[in-house]
Amino acid sequence: MWGGLRPAVGGADFVEIEAKTIRLLMTKLAESYPKLEPLIEDGVAVSINGTIYQDDWSKIIPTDAEIYLLPRIEGG
Amino acid sequence: MSVLVNSTINGDQYEFVCEPDETLLDALRDRVGMTGVKEGCGTGDCGACSITLDGALVCSCLVLGAEAEGRKIETVEGMSDGDKLHPLQTKFLEHAALQCGVCTPGFLIAAKALLEKNPDPSEEQVRYALAGNLCRCTGYDKIVRAVLAAAKQMRKA
Amino acid sequence: MGIDTPMKDRVFKSVGTRPTRPDGIDKVTGRARYGADFNMPGQLHGSILRSPHAHASIKSIDTTKAEKLKGVKAVVTSKDFKTKGITDPDLLDIIDNCMASKTAYYDGHAVAAVAAVDAKTARAALKLIKVVYKKLKHVTDVDEAMSPGAPLINKKCFTQGVEPAPTKASNIAVRSEFGHGNVSEGFQQADIVIKRTYKTGQSHQGYIEPHACVASISPDGSGEMWVCTQGHFVFRQQCAEILGLDAAKLRVTSSEIGGGFGGKTHLWLEPVALLLSRKANRPVKLVMSREDVFRASGPTSTTSIDVKMGVTKDGVITAAEAELRYASGPYAGAWASYGAMTSFACYDLKNVKTVGLDILVNRPKTTAYRAPSAPMAAFAVESMIDELADRIDMDAIDLRIKNAAKEGTRSSYGPVYGPIGIGATLDAAKKHPHMKAPLGPNQGRGMACGFWFNFGGQSCTDLNISPDGTATLTFGTIDVGGARASMSLVVAEELGIPYDKVKAVIADTGSLGHNEMTDGSRGTFASSMSAIRSCRLAIDDMRQRAATMWDIDLDDVTWENGHAHAGGSSGSNHAPLSIADIAARAHKTGGPIAGHAQIVADGAGVSFATHICDIEVDPDTGQTRVVRYTVIQDAGKAVHPTYVEGQFQGGAAQGIGWALNEEYIYGKDGRLENPGFLDYRIPVCSDLPMIDTQILEIPNPNHPYGIRGVGETSIVPPLAAIGNAVSNATHVRMTQVPMSAPRILSAIHANKDSD
Repeated sequence: MWGGLRPAVGGADFVEIEAKTIRLLMTKLAESYPKLEPLIEDGVAVSINGTIYQDDWSKIIPTDAEIYLLPRIEGG
Repeated sequence: MSVLVNSTINGDQYEFVCEPDETLLDALRDRVGMTGVKEGCGTGDCGACSITLDGALVCSCLVLGAEAEGRKIETVEGMSDGDKLHPLQTKFLEHAALQCGVCTPGFLIAAKALLEKNPDPSEEQVRYALAGNLCRCTGYDKIVRAVLAAAKQMRKA
Repeated sequence: MGIDTPMKDRVFKSVGTRPTRPDGIDKVTGRARYGADFNMPGQLHGSILRSPHAHASIKSIDTTKAEKLKGVKAVVTSKDFKTKGITDPDLLDIIDNCMASKTAYYDGHAVAAVAAVDAKTARAALKLIKVVYKKLKHVTDVDEAMSPGAPLINKKCFTQGVEPAPTKASNIAVRSEFGHGNVSEGFQQADIVIKRTYKTGQSHQGYIEPHACVASISPDGSGEMWVCTQGHFVFRQQCAEILGLDAAKLRVTSSEIGGGFGGKTHLWLEPVALLLSRKANRPVKLVMSREDVFRASGPTSTTSIDVKMGVTKDGVITAAEAELRYASGPYAGAWASYGAMTSFACYDLKNVKTVGLDILVNRPKTTAYRAPSAPMAAFAVESMIDELADRIDMDAIDLRIKNAAKEGTRSSYGPVYGPIGIGATLDAAKKHPHMKAPLGPNQGRGMACGFWFNFGGQSCTDLNISPDGTATLTFGTIDVGGARASMSLVVAEELGIPYDKVKAVIADTGSLGHNEMTDGSRGTFASSMSAIRSCRLAIDDMRQRAATMWDIDLDDVTWENGHAHAGGSSGSNHAPLSIADIAARAHKTGGPIAGHAQIVADGAGVSFATHICDIEVDPDTGQTRVVRYTVIQDAGKAVHPTYVEGQFQGGAAQGIGWALNEEYIYGKDGRLENPGFLDYRIPVCSDLPMIDTQILEIPNPNHPYGIRGVGETSIVPPLAAIGNAVSNATHVRMTQVPMSAPRILSAIHANKDSD
């Protein structure tokens, strides 16, 4: 996960969570790390194996996928 | 105190009333309804309000409405001949010389004024003749190509 | 075929052709209606009073005299905005920026507004409003704003992203950090380490059409608004929240837009127009002057960036580190984090660390400008890459190729890349004839790479088949530069009918579900994905109609080249039915034929570009001339190649202006000294050469046609490409943008003095 989230998970740069979809992942993350909840609300995008999903939280996460949380982005 | 102004606009007689301190740009847009004349700056820097006044290319934001009395004005609304587009209009479309299109009326008027004086301009001459018209979308590449193509077609005609 | 099945190796008939745009004739005849070209019956004219101070607390505002002026129908100040119940900090900042409450944060900050029977009366009324200010110390420079003694812009600003949270307020609004590996170890492995600070000036999007809207709210809480915007659905949502209206009852229609480039993704005057209208119970038209556009609608950040990079003698970049300080205006933003994410994204780095700091200053609220925050970071990093190459005596393009990110590389912002196109653009650049062309005296050649995220998001489309078989696509992303043409091409392709039998219409907010803005290079990517889905649903419907007409099983009806074909055992005798045939009988087979799609179009994929340019520098004056310019970028599949070229060229031209000339200049009093096109000079026709383009088409696996966003990336490389060209022409390294003639000249002189 990106540096902005690390303070909320005690400084770790990765955490282990089992989840089938992005939505479940977010729910479980917020349960395990309550400090993450407002940050997730503020806007987090999810990269699954390098492809960034900003909105589609129903996306199914494949087994052994690399998940990376990064800030939501605005464009021009 | 308003002023009554009589002008020939795109070949037609118009009578409109404007304030003494009102620009010709505002008078054309708000009094006559020629909203093809655009305001980008109001200070003569962007050329979006370009028209010809007695054949001379001017920024209508730098001219008073009252100054148009008895004079001939041409705007983008008068460029096509009935349903036949002017070659510049056609070439602007073919070359995708517009993206947002808000600067386009000014460019068309300025390019027409150039080609009336110089039917066979070089690329450099086109670039300097259009240097008073700002476009933020295209980088000017396709505009210059469109003007050169229109000039070529008009020379053949 | 499934609804979203990607098409591999598809041969396109319509997509990839270059027809004339359907909205073109209106735009060359003056018929197209932009923000200020629209009027409502009984409309009033609004005008806004703005702070003349860089930083001042507002002690009192007396509007009594203005209210009494004949013809004035409404006056509003921040008191009229009811913020109770609004908790979203971003929305509260938008409101405060639209109308200053306690403090005027920058020269041009709105403090009051008037609606009157005509513009002249409105302007006269502004002069009767008495505002008592208490001037405060101001700061406009990003580095000064971070210094210990700097005036504090917001006493409640405690840096976000730091744990534990700071107890002392500062102008550092947000800290963000990205990276992996260990940079100190990486630097130890390097033979050459360079550290430098780069600065970039504040540039404005410079759209030619100033912001404009006409707003009308009735006492029953319903309303409508005509506005030039990059996203009318988002504007509706935000305005409804600000005004306490039901979003469904506020119908927003987007005008033709005279340029946006990010600047029209944000509310600047629309809530004020709505509020004036509600108070006056009349429609209100509000149009910004060019001066107001510069002073009070968001430009990009001014920045100060430290970069440190290490390289081995054989050209391996062993570590890269950057601290990026971005001014965000008086409100917190995420601009530095985008800079931090994008800065090293082109490269495969074992050890990388970036820290972004968003800094509050007394300048207008920063907003997005085409690939927001990426050009400044690229200026710093790509300048240094050239310098590193020079130090190890390696060709700059070879150093880039050697270290380019590829599939499987962990990106500097976190995730591991899938298939990406940076290598392809570099290879194309190396082979490009521009690279080998001879240079004249005082000329230098420079190159640079650029990266930007593209995105997708919510989109919604309706495809309706008319009784004569022609098709109307209704979509919700506004057309900044050919979207109706590209959507028509996509529909023609999918339905198998000619381009000129399709009409693409941009819906108002009452006619479609929510759509995100035309931003983030998403317009064509996302709306085409939704349009294709709409078409495929309509085709399914038409197959069913054909089955009914033929009285055969649906499974026996196939769809090919815009026709239903009867197959299987039941109906091989039937002649194919065209869309027109099926549409003509629609009234007998179930009524109108349509396809409606609503999607979240994720998976846009990242975007890379490489630019090459030749610059001539007059050694006596420092004056520059752009001699030749080439843009190479991946478009996935170019739907309308001419408009793709247009995006490449336009972005490059904006980058050239930013690199060489454009900059907000503030006086000691904190007031903007160049709020006009004469002094904030964007490139004019005679400043530029033709801009050559090379479109690479590496299909995006996440889009049915392989389409990628193309709008933004082209503004990322120019700053550095020009800096590198200037350096190669003059042998001085420019570290400040814009590289104006006086700056280049003084750098040349300084270099001579040190020799």
